[in-house]
Amino acid sequence: MGILLLKVTGLSKEFDGLRALDQVSFAAEEGEILGIIGPNGAGKTTLFNLVSGIYPASGGEVAFQGKSILGMKPHQISRLGIGRTFQIVRPFQNLDVETNVLVAYGHRFYPGLWNSIGPFQRPDILREVGMLIEGTGLEPYRKQLAKNLPLGIKKRIEIARALALKPSLLLLDEPSGGLRFEESAQLMDLIRKVSDQGISVLLIEHNMQVVMDLCKRIVVLDHGSKIAEGSPEEIRSNPQVIEAYLGKED
Amino acid sequence: MISGYLITILITIIVYAILAHSLNIITGHAGQISLGHAAFFGIGAYTSALLYTGAGFPFWVSVPLAAAVAGIVGALFGIPCLRVRDDFLAITTMGINFVIEAVFLYIPFFGGAMGIGGINLPKWFGREMSKTEYFLLILIVFVLLLLLDRRLGRSWIGLAWASIREDEQAAEAMGVDVVRFKVMAFVLGSSIAGLAGGFYAHFLTFIMPQNFGFGQSIVILCMVVFGGIGTRLGPILGAVILGILPEVSRPIMEYRTLVYGLLLLAMMRFQPSGLLGTESILTKAFKRIAYHS
Repeated sequence: MGILLLKVTGLSKEFDGLRALDQVSFAAEEGEILGIIGPNGAGKTTLFNLVSGIYPASGGEVAFQGKSILGMKPHQISRLGIGRTFQIVRPFQNLDVETNVLVAYGHRFYPGLWNSIGPFQRPDILREVGMLIEGTGLEPYRKQLAKNLPLGIKKRIEIARALALKPSLLLLDEPSGGLRFEESAQLMDLIRKVSDQGISVLLIEHNMQVVMDLCKRIVVLDHGSKIAEGSPEEIRSNPQVIEAYLGKED
Repeated sequence: MISGYLITILITIIVYAILAHSLNIITGHAGQISLGHAAFFGIGAYTSALLYTGAGFPFWVSVPLAAAVAGIVGALFGIPCLRVRDDFLAITTMGINFVIEAVFLYIPFFGGAMGIGGINLPKWFGREMSKTEYFLLILIVFVLLLLLDRRLGRSWIGLAWASIREDEQAAEAMGVDVVRFKVMAFVLGSSIAGLAGGFYAHFLTFIMPQNFGFGQSIVILCMVVFGGIGTRLGPILGAVILGILPEVSRPIMEYRTLVYGLLLLAMMRFQPSGLLGTESILTKAFKRIAYHS
């Protein structure tokens, strides 16, 4: 057993009486890639939005590194070291790739007026950004505006931006969604590389091949509830999962 | 000596340029729509006027205090308002403008419909400033504000504003405290508008509620959009062009709102990024000239 990083206990979310997430519990360990799968509307993105603080929870508990983060604002949670990407990509469209990544360094300089009116183009930070950009394969696009780049690159920008927070946990919402096969394969290599650095990943994915390849453990959601948890083999052979999800595909 | 008429126009244009610049901080840099900017212009003008005529404060004290009061009122309104988004914010800021104008108009302390008179140009070296000197003073203040704007644009604050303008939710996920930076932009923009109000009051020598109504807010917004929202120099160009237009032709003065409205429509259709926006004909032409020389 590894060290516990994220512990979600009985987490629930209601939208106007509709239960989007119902008593979901699971844990993620340091350094692992935990897959989160389920049919459309199962509550996967809602789960991410609760963990990253975008929605307040209706019940339950989320603990990160042993401390409760429920009720914290998204900017506070991200500063603790939880980075995320979005299902529908949200890069800063009119900023270039380098500046997109720089935004995530800002919080180190915000406290104190003197620091925060200092120029954001600092040699020390730019060196770090340069390494991140190289490591995520964005070097050729460094000075290009995000809006002019293809989807696969935009997804990389989101990952690079999240890594700039120096996170210990990354929440990736359907990284392969909408990508061609090669693009998707390259992105999976990047995710593996990130994981090798010891960063834990929660991975929402629709592409079963990707999930089965990358994850040693998988959590399955359906209609807001957790219906299964286990290794890819266990999940593949779980009758409930087959009924809820895989069965429909075959 | 420059003629009195010319200097009057020049001062008016710089006041508008400061106003357009200050609204650009809120709407251009931080991406928060405001349809009530004239309210803070008015708060500055009335604060400065009352401190000068009522409490006997000199110009040099009343005008900085006008900026401070406008900034504080901006914070009081901004903190609750900036939690709502886009269209709601537009309506809320419009409402603020109507409320503030009504306060000036109906509360006797603020002089009612007659406004406040007897405000004078500042004194220095034991005499009253000439209009030319006043013009130079306000020009220097304006240049300093532009330098501050350039500094902010390159700073972490400017970057946080840009990220909020682009995508609030993504900005939050990057550790940007969205509410704090929005309020910061609103307070800074409001206090600069208040400063402009102080300068305006001491130059006009009397002020009335109508100077600070919703129509005025729209005029300021037109200047920003016309020149190029979010650019540093665009709003100033907008203020210069739209400020001069009514002076060169009386008919334009009469139909000012109509002309501005038509101009704005034409801009939205043909040059939505404004005269100096990144993709405008003018900017591209400048780039081409720079490239060939």
